[in-house]
Amino acid sequence: MIVFLVATLTFVLLHVAPGDPFTRASAATLVPQEVIQQQRRNFGLDRPIYVQYGRYLANLVRGDFGYSFREHRPAAAAIAERIPNTLLLAAVALVIAFALGVFVGAVQATRRGSAADDLLSLLSLTLYSMPVFWLGVMLLLLFGVALDWFPVGGVVDDTVYPYLSPLGRLWDRLQHLFLPAVTLGAVGAAVTARYQRAAMLDVVGQDFVRTARAKGLRERAVFFKHALRNALLPVITLFGLSFPLLLSGSVLVETVFAWPGIGKLAVDAIHGRDYAVVTAVAIIAAIMVVVGNLLADLLYRVVDPRTREAQ
Amino acid sequence: MKALLRALWHQRRARYGLALVLALCGLAALAPWLAPYDPVSQLDLARGQYLAPSALHPFGTDFFSRDLLSRVLYGARISLSIALLSVLLSVTVGTAVGMTAGLAGGAVDAILMRGVDAALAVPRVFLLLVVVALWDNVGVAGLIAVLGLTNWFDTSRIVRAEVLSLKHRTYVTAAQALGVGPRRLAVRHLLPNVAAPVIVTATLGIGQIILIEAGLSYLGVGVPPPTPSWGSIIQEGQQALAVAPWVATFPGIAIVITVVGFSLLGDGLRNALDPTTR
Repeated sequence: MIVFLVATLTFVLLHVAPGDPFTRASAATLVPQEVIQQQRRNFGLDRPIYVQYGRYLANLVRGDFGYSFREHRPAAAAIAERIPNTLLLAAVALVIAFALGVFVGAVQATRRGSAADDLLSLLSLTLYSMPVFWLGVMLLLLFGVALDWFPVGGVVDDTVYPYLSPLGRLWDRLQHLFLPAVTLGAVGAAVTARYQRAAMLDVVGQDFVRTARAKGLRERAVFFKHALRNALLPVITLFGLSFPLLLSGSVLVETVFAWPGIGKLAVDAIHGRDYAVVTAVAIIAAIMVVVGNLLADLLYRVVDPRTREAQ
Repeated sequence: MKALLRALWHQRRARYGLALVLALCGLAALAPWLAPYDPVSQLDLARGQYLAPSALHPFGTDFFSRDLLSRVLYGARISLSIALLSVLLSVTVGTAVGMTAGLAGGAVDAILMRGVDAALAVPRVFLLLVVVALWDNVGVAGLIAVLGLTNWFDTSRIVRAEVLSLKHRTYVTAAQALGVGPRRLAVRHLLPNVAAPVIVTATLGIGQIILIEAGLSYLGVGVPPPTPSWGSIIQEGQQALAVAPWVATFPGIAIVITVVGFSLLGDGLRNALDPTTR
């Protein structure tokens, strides 16, 4: 449903925007009018708007996102090639964001009001207020340029990669993945830590935690089995909500590190006026967001037995 | 209003936020008098490229020998005015849509809110990329419009929820019984009561819009050159990271300080307006 609405939205945007792919050509007047009219007919742009809309939707359902004028192949093919890179980057960043964020937030909550808590709060506020691409550029400056510990961009080192052993190839890939994933993950971790801290503080004040303590459970058991588990619920909501943020961030991070994912593809497509690719990426991104929300729902069920019984 | 300011003043972090925001607005407003050079004039292309920070150029110079301090100061003007105006636009549209949906209910509500759901599902940057890609060279005014019109979805949800909870209060029923029309009801009776959460969202939203505008400008689809914008200066700086690291560094610090300021102020406002946390 959401995906359908998003598709409609992009279609409306496409048609509200001034001109079509051939107006630019007509402005140049190098192309004869008959050819332009012929091209419009070929691409069905002369048909009534509802016919175009129907065809557009029918094509989408078949997985046809239009033709990439820049890459001379279907937009879907160009995207399919890049999706694994984006998913890899996003998945690693997500793990970093939540592992680090939940840990830091929980630690802060147990030492509420201490100097460490204040310092970590300030750090997460700063990270949260930092443009993700600037963080990337600064890490690049420090670890890529000044210290030369990590490569400055790409997925693999194109010149040596074909000659590396399987283990060497894996190492090369990990080295390239490290900075972009840390950049994207760090900002997510800051957001998660803020949520986790608030959620933990909310939970530790409640009766069942006091009961657990009163039962004589060790502090560790209270912490992990009672408090943390309940404090995870709002964080899972955040997990569902973080997909749009993560994908938006990956557009910028992919551009900083020349990471060939769909975000970089979209940016290149804009500069090349490749509309089919831009809109297709937006629709794919919306699908990924919907899938992310489904995942969050499933996770809810794992963590919270009450939602399981409600079924 | 007085009570609000007092509640704000009693929070240490909110005080810092307010001070940062006021200081930045001051710097931005006074940029023409404070900036040592013209932000777009190419001072000395032959000998002035990528000069390191010095007494003459506290932030150094860029590829075109332009003074970076002046560019960052003028960048504050651009970034802050884009952010303030677009948030003003998005708050207006969001409040109007939220009120309409909340008051009208039924099919109008359903259509508006499903549309908002769809718009929220598209990652913001992708939505902006689609729009910016289709209308090329939007310019600063266009950018404000685009940012404002893609940023009201959250506000409309919040306003709608508030309106729904207020709709059946006795004072609203009383006003309706006295024959107050829906327009007057919305403006005179509901608006003052939904203002608080809207102000909080708007303040936090300014910081977010600054980040998004910087991101678009970094990607080369935001503020067109040679107008100085923090995002585009960072993009230029990345080209010369090994030669002139200061170009990318200083505008980023400016962004962080600005966004931290608005975040602290927004959090403070929320605490001041929310009686439960006071």
